[in-house]
Amino acid sequence: MAEQASIDTSAEAGEGVRRRDFINIAAVSFAGVGGAAVLFPLVSQMAPSADVLAQSSTEIDISAITPGQAIKAIFRKQPVFIRNLTPAEIASADKVDASSLRDPQTLEERTKEGKTNWLITMGVCTHLGCVPLGAGEGEVKGEFGGYFCPCHGSHYDTAARIRKGPAPKNLEVPEYSFISDAVVKIG
Amino acid sequence: MVRLFGPLVGLFFAVALLWSFGNGAYSAITEPAAPTAEHEFHLHPKDVKFASDGVFGKYDKQQLQRGFQVYKEVCATCHSLKHVAFRDLADLGYSEGEVKAIAKQWGTKQPTFDPKSGERAERDNIASDYIPTVYYAGQGVPPDLSLIAKARHNGGAYVYSLLTGYQEQPAELLKKFPDSKTPDGLYYNPYFANLNLAMPAPIASDDQVAYSDGTKATVDQMSQDVSAFLMWTAEPKADKRKQTGWAVLGFLLAATVLAYLAKKNVWADKH
Amino acid sequence: MSFPWAKEYKPAIGLTQWLDEKLPLPRFVYNAVGAGYPVPRNLNYMWNFGVLAGFCLMLQIITGVILAMHYAPNALVAFDSTEHIMRDVNWGWMMRYAHANGASAFFVVVYLHIFRGFFYSSYKAPREMIWLLGVVIFLLMMATAFMGYVLPWGQMSFWGAKVITGLFGAIPVVGEPLQIWLLGGFAPDNAALNRFFSLHFLLPFVIAGVIILHIWALHIPGSSNPTGVEVKAESDTVPFHPYYTAKDGFGLGVFLLIYCAILFFAPNALGHPDNYIPANPLSTPAHIVPEWYFWPFYAILRAFTYDFFFIPAKLMGVLAMFGSILVWFFLPWLDTSPVRSGHYRPLFRKFFWFGLIPTMAILFYCGGAPAEEPFVMLSQLASLYYFAHFLIILPLVSSIEKPEPLPFSITEAVLGKDESAVLNANPTAA
Repeated sequence: MAEQASIDTSAEAGEGVRRRDFINIAAVSFAGVGGAAVLFPLVSQMAPSADVLAQSSTEIDISAITPGQAIKAIFRKQPVFIRNLTPAEIASADKVDASSLRDPQTLEERTKEGKTNWLITMGVCTHLGCVPLGAGEGEVKGEFGGYFCPCHGSHYDTAARIRKGPAPKNLEVPEYSFISDAVVKIG
Repeated sequence: MVRLFGPLVGLFFAVALLWSFGNGAYSAITEPAAPTAEHEFHLHPKDVKFASDGVFGKYDKQQLQRGFQVYKEVCATCHSLKHVAFRDLADLGYSEGEVKAIAKQWGTKQPTFDPKSGERAERDNIASDYIPTVYYAGQGVPPDLSLIAKARHNGGAYVYSLLTGYQEQPAELLKKFPDSKTPDGLYYNPYFANLNLAMPAPIASDDQVAYSDGTKATVDQMSQDVSAFLMWTAEPKADKRKQTGWAVLGFLLAATVLAYLAKKNVWADKH
Repeated sequence: MSFPWAKEYKPAIGLTQWLDEKLPLPRFVYNAVGAGYPVPRNLNYMWNFGVLAGFCLMLQIITGVILAMHYAPNALVAFDSTEHIMRDVNWGWMMRYAHANGASAFFVVVYLHIFRGFFYSSYKAPREMIWLLGVVIFLLMMATAFMGYVLPWGQMSFWGAKVITGLFGAIPVVGEPLQIWLLGGFAPDNAALNRFFSLHFLLPFVIAGVIILHIWALHIPGSSNPTGVEVKAESDTVPFHPYYTAKDGFGLGVFLLIYCAILFFAPNALGHPDNYIPANPLSTPAHIVPEWYFWPFYAILRAFTYDFFFIPAKLMGVLAMFGSILVWFFLPWLDTSPVRSGHYRPLFRKFFWFGLIPTMAILFYCGGAPAEEPFVMLSQLASLYYFAHFLIILPLVSSIEKPEPLPFSITEAVLGKDESAVLNANPTAA
């Protein structure tokens, strides 16, 4: 203390006051930091729990889907459309000039190499999240032969690209890979 | 009013209590409570040490893997572990691939139900599945073991003591309580609350399980390992809890010292 | 209210000036727990527990709301959803342990707060209303804690619900229908679990409301103090802020150190292992006990083992258990001594330290012990003293006791002049 005071040329009383202020400010700051640290678990507890995250990949048997057919599977508690395209549907998708589209993508970019007939997309309209029609048997496929969202009238083509209506993007293609010819792993 | 009725109410309760006390004392003298075999022969768990004991203790993953092996090969036929998912086994140090393989090869399959056809079937387990429940038709009800180490006092030591505590019923017990002979189909174990249980000694001989890490699989070793494993299943977050605890206590200690100094500052002119 | 020398709130900047005119919330806080509330300068650390109790309620509400985001109040899945919180929810184990041990911490703090009141006779005029509201808070806390303990739907939860609602079954004539109505069935099941969850969520906010009344009532006469002598001059008080905010900050630090040590290193020490066994309506655990904070009252309940004339033992026990808390409502009128603080009441002090405190300790121990001798007989004697203490001894002591001389003022007591003053006036007091 004495040594410090001799280095510091200011009056002793002034130094004492500053040291006191420092302690009070430090104590309040510690309380602030502690309070902020507690916020972390309070916030992160709302993020997906371990069991939800563990279900973030799913394996689906696609061997029974014939060309022209589609199924609805569940991935992360949301529908995913798996569609086996006919050659005619592929041709109709390829005919379109991709650069003229709202969300320019070719069918090739949206499928895996050598498996162009397997169109796998989320069944979630990119407008506001309804499930489009067209995957189930007998459902309306819209003006472009793909999917049609009845909520606000978005039409998707055979490559599930947005062609007409309010949706801003093509139906999302999730991450997936073929484990074998018969099994696809999504996520 | 209060000063009038208060003492009266007080006297009422006091007399009622004296009445109970007197009757109780009289019957305690005339008919003292009979001793029971459980009272005299039940033992507290043995003194056994685990790596996870104490505030610095951490689970020994190698031991947990051995314990899991004992559970899988010895306990799993009768005892469920329904709160544990296969994915949780990654905490024991298994890789993702190993976890998947363990799930796929698990003896009890995952039941499935087709809501369209109404058919019940089963499929291989996957990592996100919980360990499927097993059912036991024989005598007794094997409890689920997920939480057993927290559901008993001193649970880890309890499991270990129970596994290594099977013995012949002491002659002294039979002499004193001739009616308390272990019934047929039950087994005597002084660490079990009522001394007799339906489970025969599950870990009966050395090398019942073949350990791959070179540890000698004695009865004692296997019992310790599976006890450690069940402590983990009951409290899988214990390591993280203690680690967090030290950080929190360290911070709080510093904050409290500062708060004390600040309090002294503030009060300096008032004492 | 307040003392004439209480500092008045002065908005520092334009914004607070504007706010003060439209909605004087800063002024309200300033006068409640800020520099505008003059507090006796001699409060000791026993006066920390009020703020700590408020902190505990906040802690319980925050962790409780979070647990309710993950918990499912359905008898089929309640136990599993609790384990889901413990294993899978991010930091879920910490939230649950914080809540379970938070309940214990809340009771520790509140018991210290209440016994502070007993020793310093904080219940006496003009502070009766503060005391009455405090007892109401305590009763609400007990109801809330009991219903919360049912929610994990373990063995102790189930049998606790059955036994405690069974208490109402002891009431003549209406008892049994009342119990069935409370449970919404003949035994605890979904209906009971769901309504307990709903009420367990609601009651803490009711408690918060009563706490506001409790503090409001406190601000009418101002805080009591260890001498029991009322504030006479400005020199007897200091502003709440910064003096008591600083002191409470330090107290909070010590509290959190102890609380977190238990939370992180012995989170199940205060719980019962049987509650990790799922509820089983067909098998009662060998030794059922409520949570530790109910033990003294549970001991009183069990102390009545023989019918008393036409009153069944069961009803006697229930009456006595509720009576043991209800009697606190009458304390301000049972204790008529003109002196407040136990420091200046020699006889009262003896009965407090050598009567009430050991009695509570015995009741506490017996309540947690199995219903066997000698615990039953011990709890009978202790219960007897408990009722006698409040209903007979306290009125008697206050009329025959000769209090020791009080200091003239708080300031005198603090600055150490009272020692000599007391000795001069009454040499035997040393």
